[in-house]
Amino acid sequence: MGKPTKVTNAIRTLRFTHREMTQAELADRIGVTRQTIIAIEQGRYSPSLEMAFQIARAFGVPLDNVFQYPEEPGETT
Amino acid sequence: MSFEEKVAWAYPVVLLITAAIYSTHVFGQLPGVPVTEIAYVRPMIMALVITVVAMIIAAILAAISAPSEADKKDERDININRHGDAVGGNVLGVAALLPLGLTMAEFEHFWIANALYLAFVASGVVASTVKIVAYRRGF
Repeated sequence: MGKPTKVTNAIRTLRFTHREMTQAELADRIGVTRQTIIAIEQGRYSPSLEMAFQIARAFGVPLDNVFQYPEEPGETT
Repeated sequence: MSFEEKVAWAYPVVLLITAAIYSTHVFGQLPGVPVTEIAYVRPMIMALVITVVAMIIAAILAAISAPSEADKKDERDININRHGDAVGGNVLGVAALLPLGLTMAEFEHFWIANALYLAFVASGVVASTVKIVAYRRGF
């Protein structure tokens, strides 16, 4: 079984640029387990919209800075 | 590994071990004893009670292994549990056709009860396996 979600994220990079925040610290800040943060970073879990906003707010950046969705061939944004 | 994932790993192990011990004890009598004379009720109740007790112990051990994560359940855990339980429920629904068929065919209670016990074991094992795959490979 491959990765189940097409959503990619920059959480790992954002953690390092935000005072090297650990996965546990981010998990505590948004009220989830550390394993869920790991699963999100590795693309093994696609968070709910609410959790996605909470993660973005934890870094103080817009949602698009945290999560990305690949364009389909022929799509224009 | 989160607390909920540890519990998901423990459940099929406990189920299969208790089912194996029960089956060895009860079905081991089959070649020489008529099914109407095999005392299966008490062993089956014991197997069910032991399963519950063993899972409580497993949950306690999981909590002790990581006290800070004990009993933590987030949306991922809830979604995976819901998904696994839904699949397990479907398995139970299909597997329950066996005891239903045995009842309709007027088989002995021994076979009907054990077919239902098998359905519950299969449902639990499948549900936990689905959860484990979701935790390990993604959901």
